[in-house]
Amino acid sequence: MPVIEAHALTKTYGELNAVDGIDFEVAPGESFGLLGPNGAGKSTAMRMIGGTSLRTSGTLLVNGLDPETHGPEVRASLGVVPQTDNLDPELKARDNLLMYGRYFGLPYSYLRPKADELLEFAQLTDKAAEKVDNLSGGMKRRLTIARSLINDPSVLLLDEPTTGLDPQARHILWDRLFRLKETGVTLIVTTHFMDEAEQLCDRLVVMDHGRIVAEGSPASLIRQYSTREVLELRFGSERNAALVDRLRGFATRIEALPDRVLLYAEDGEESLAAVRRDGLEPVTSLVRRSSLEDVFLRLTGRSLVE
Amino acid sequence: MSELTLSVTPPDTDRVARAARQAARVRRWGWWYQAEWRLFSMKAYLSSVFGWAVLVPLLYVLAMGVGLGALVDGRSGGIDGVPYLTFVAPGLLVSTAVMSFSNEMMFPVMSGFKWQELYFARAATSGSAGQVAIAELVAVTIRSLGESAIFWVVLISLGATSGGLSALMIPIGALSGLALGAPIAAYSATLANEGFQFSMIQRFVLNPMFLFAGTFYPLATMPVYLQWIGWISPMWHGTQLARALSFGLPLSGAEIAFHLGFLIVAAATGCALTIRNFRRRLTK
Repeated sequence: MPVIEAHALTKTYGELNAVDGIDFEVAPGESFGLLGPNGAGKSTAMRMIGGTSLRTSGTLLVNGLDPETHGPEVRASLGVVPQTDNLDPELKARDNLLMYGRYFGLPYSYLRPKADELLEFAQLTDKAAEKVDNLSGGMKRRLTIARSLINDPSVLLLDEPTTGLDPQARHILWDRLFRLKETGVTLIVTTHFMDEAEQLCDRLVVMDHGRIVAEGSPASLIRQYSTREVLELRFGSERNAALVDRLRGFATRIEALPDRVLLYAEDGEESLAAVRRDGLEPVTSLVRRSSLEDVFLRLTGRSLVE
Repeated sequence: MSELTLSVTPPDTDRVARAARQAARVRRWGWWYQAEWRLFSMKAYLSSVFGWAVLVPLLYVLAMGVGLGALVDGRSGGIDGVPYLTFVAPGLLVSTAVMSFSNEMMFPVMSGFKWQELYFARAATSGSAGQVAIAELVAVTIRSLGESAIFWVVLISLGATSGGLSALMIPIGALSGLALGAPIAAYSATLANEGFQFSMIQRFVLNPMFLFAGTFYPLATMPVYLQWIGWISPMWHGTQLARALSFGLPLSGAEIAFHLGFLIVAAATGCALTIRNFRRRLTK
């Protein structure tokens, strides 16, 4: 049985279709991503899974139950990491975990050792008695993740888990999430960072304007919608657009962005050499592998992070 | 084959059964789990709560009861047949309870949705959106009972009231607080952005209700066109009941029913609206 089954899932706010009839399924133990820019409907979809946003139409089953009619039962086996760390700043780190566990109706005899175990997992043991107000951003994020695990959930919903964190803090977090995945927890992640999606997700859907525009593993999406490599050229903001027609012959596909031109090719170095042979000398050039960013650009005509 | 199924199924069934048991417990007691922790987190400012609960009655009773009282008693021999301090004390208990309750239902409620988003955190647990609202109201009612009890002890120690029935002023104070605090909570839950609304409530709702609710003199001494402020003020209804309990202000059965009925209806309506508005906001 899939952990999550959504069919024609829709949420409208007045005129706006925040989520516009999406279908997806998530298998147990899978790490599933919702990738898209801000406002694509990712967070709304996540909140519907927890039954904290009521859907306009469509069907949704989480562990075989409808979250709207069986909210307490569904949420009992769900861990939620929201976009903002809504911890209680007045309480100590450990008390935040105990409190949250209590809201799930769990007894303190279970919660006390569990809280210590999770503080250890989040590398916060020495901060157990510290007030949340005094923790750094990365520590708060880890504490929020620890909090989401207090009820031993089978499904973890992570909404933009590493937004606003520095690179080191992100890597620590990713490492912790990997370990969870290894224990069989199903991860559902929303992100607008392609590197995060590539790191964390077995499979993902790309969302735009409330719709799913593509689905697959990160590698298969890149194979399907992009070339192996990308050549990024800068000729100066005035000339970029003007040169597009002349560059067309050197690539499978071309995208002209305000600050640079992207040439999609199997071999970027070779394309660069060909461009130079043609007498064009870019101000800067860069050859890189295709990423989900390129997939998104192809699918929607827009960048993920604007 | 059957062995394989057996080795896989139990942990899963276990998990499902455990989740169902937890959820059943939370459906019944979730409001209390949350209220308990709301009260616990108040301990961060417990000393100031306690300080205020002692200081405010002392200040009011000294200024109004003793200072103003000397003047009133000297001129007219008290009000309603009792010394001014005795007359004013129940009103001070009730209006302080209403003020304190109302304040706890303004910025803290807005913060639960807007700044700290603690309500959203609670709604993501097994608890329901309605329970988040109930927990908030219950926790602040319990706190209000505590504050009113301290106020009552201060009044007794100053000789402003006697024991016995006057202890019932404690629940009357908390009920009066809920009668205004709950409607304010319902309103606060609808605010998207903090603006001038709370200071407007303070200036144009709380202050007039305090000044024109017959706290310092019988409402009947006011011209009729101002008396309506007292009629719609939970402070007046609570104060009248508290006076009957504290020094035996003669109230008919109908009057008692009217005052109590007003407070209960206002509190119940406010609670129902708070639950509805919390639900709307937390399941948007």
